[in-house]
Amino acid sequence: MKILVPIKRVVDYNVKVRVRADGSGVDLANVKMSMNPFDEIAVEEAIRLKEAGVATEIVAVSIGVKQAQETLRTALAMGADRAILIVAADDVHTDIEPLAVAKLLKAVIEAEAPGLVIAGKQAIDNDMNATGQMLAALLGWSQATFASEVKVEGDIAVVTREVDGGLQTISVKLPAIVTADLRLNEPRYASLPNIMKAKKKPLDEKTAADYGVDVSPRLEVVKTSEPASRSAGEMVPDVDTLVAKLKDKGLV
Amino acid sequence: MSATSHKGVQFNWADPFLLDDQITDEERMISESAHQFAQDRLLSRVQEAYLNEQTDPEIFREMGALGLLGVTVPEEYGGVGASYVSYGLVARAVERVDSGYRSMMSVQSSLVMFPIYAYGSEEQKQKYLPKLASGEYIGCFGLTEPDAGSDPAGMKTRAIKTEGGYRLIGSKMWISNSPIADVFVVWAKSEAHGGKVRGFILEKGMKGLSAPKIGGKLSLRASITGEIVMDNVEVSEDALLPNVQGMSGPFGCLNRARYGIAWGVMGAAEDCLHRTRQYGLDRKQFDRPLAATQLYQKKLADMETEIALGLQACLRVGRLFDEGRFAPEMISLIKRNNCGKALEIARNSRDMHGGNGIQIEYHVMRHAQNLETVNTYEGTHDVHALILGRAITDLQAFA
Repeated sequence: MKILVPIKRVVDYNVKVRVRADGSGVDLANVKMSMNPFDEIAVEEAIRLKEAGVATEIVAVSIGVKQAQETLRTALAMGADRAILIVAADDVHTDIEPLAVAKLLKAVIEAEAPGLVIAGKQAIDNDMNATGQMLAALLGWSQATFASEVKVEGDIAVVTREVDGGLQTISVKLPAIVTADLRLNEPRYASLPNIMKAKKKPLDEKTAADYGVDVSPRLEVVKTSEPASRSAGEMVPDVDTLVAKLKDKGLV
Repeated sequence: MSATSHKGVQFNWADPFLLDDQITDEERMISESAHQFAQDRLLSRVQEAYLNEQTDPEIFREMGALGLLGVTVPEEYGGVGASYVSYGLVARAVERVDSGYRSMMSVQSSLVMFPIYAYGSEEQKQKYLPKLASGEYIGCFGLTEPDAGSDPAGMKTRAIKTEGGYRLIGSKMWISNSPIADVFVVWAKSEAHGGKVRGFILEKGMKGLSAPKIGGKLSLRASITGEIVMDNVEVSEDALLPNVQGMSGPFGCLNRARYGIAWGVMGAAEDCLHRTRQYGLDRKQFDRPLAATQLYQKKLADMETEIALGLQACLRVGRLFDEGRFAPEMISLIKRNNCGKALEIARNSRDMHGGNGIQIEYHVMRHAQNLETVNTYEGTHDVHALILGRAITDLQAFA
């Protein structure tokens, strides 16, 4: 079975982002970019399924700027077999919206015919949490989102999902879309020998036009602002004062 | 000109000259992997290792599994076959956590694997390199002696020809990894080669070979150091490194290790800068952050400047190394400069942390203590000045 893993190049989770002067988003010029952490988990899960003999091939796909090639190389260094880059933007500040990404992925999936798609549950830049779901709808496939465990049994995937208040286990018919949550696994580091080998793995470069998908934005960013800064705390002498203050504020 | 922005870009204090832009994708990935490993696996154990003067041999296995041992050694011998710039970036990432961990790695890579690769027979390469690359074997390098430090040619260790091999007599001092080593690359004057220095590969367990630990170090406490005592150690002819003789053997190894040190100490200095900056932003005295004072900012600016220049110099020498156009004096220049500057940065960081700076949790004093050694070993600050002085004047001033 072939597994397809969509990955996104995003601002590194360690970077303290700055809002651009015009409020159109955060400044990404000369900012460290990395693979979306949830996508790293998705790649790791695909590799584990391959190591377990369930999967035979892992194809990583990224949609965005040309520099996403480096992110795909990371996936190849971790253990993906080949990669497809769909160049859909010139400027790092152009974010391709989930619907356009889902349409492009649908086109890739129709050509590649994977048995399973494992995606990150959301990208940490815009936190949309939409692409996996939209893709399932466009394809008419089953979806199992927020996965914390994935087992493939024949033509069924048994997926444990992290839902409000606990865990839910569902079985979905393959082919299916699974989106990875934080606790699914701990991704490996790309080893240096595998980084060197990744250079020789195939990476096809396409454009959005090759798939006939219009990636122009449908959403308008009205405003981007810094989170409100936390106001200073107040020290209270004892528990009684604390309880009184909380009551005062109507919090207890 | 038309495409060039006149406004320039936003300054990135954490990467002032955009070093990340000047390295290849592959080098960036290698740097990133080494950095993540060091931050996740090494930083979590360094405080205890340092306080208790304990070296975990398992670290070699973990480094080996990631490919951090023998970065420049070709794949056919278990190495990575990557560039010297990659090797430098790995050293920087590891030393950002602790100079001792970087020392363990440098010794294995540059002082044990390199001489076996460059000067060894095919059999020696096959026998040792893959196991040194995986960390299954731990290696050490014996050059310095109790009475031969800056003047290694004054060594007393002798190799006496025997029937079918050599008998080694002598002792080595300040040897990183030696008490836990499986493989010993040892340099000795060989009577059968006209008294020239030759290299030998010894193995743990040989009769007459011992490696007692040197305790009581106040620096590099996470990395074990010992002696090598050779009391008539008998080896066969195939223990001799066949393809080098004279001091060019050990110096060839030291060039590589010193180059890695020049990168490594910049990692320690960067850690000091980052921690000191954060401390200055968080610590309030006289109702304002320490970082809002001119003295504090001036010191941060000095650190930032020396690190930016030091890293840029490393990258240049690394590129020349990869092109085969390096001279040992270039390495003396960056080893000397970067160690001296990193030590000063770490001492200032300790100072800027005030009383908190003496605590292990703040890390900066550990770096400062480590860098005392790094400034001294593999050619002291002053000896590298003499190497440069000789190159400038054509007059040697060692003795």
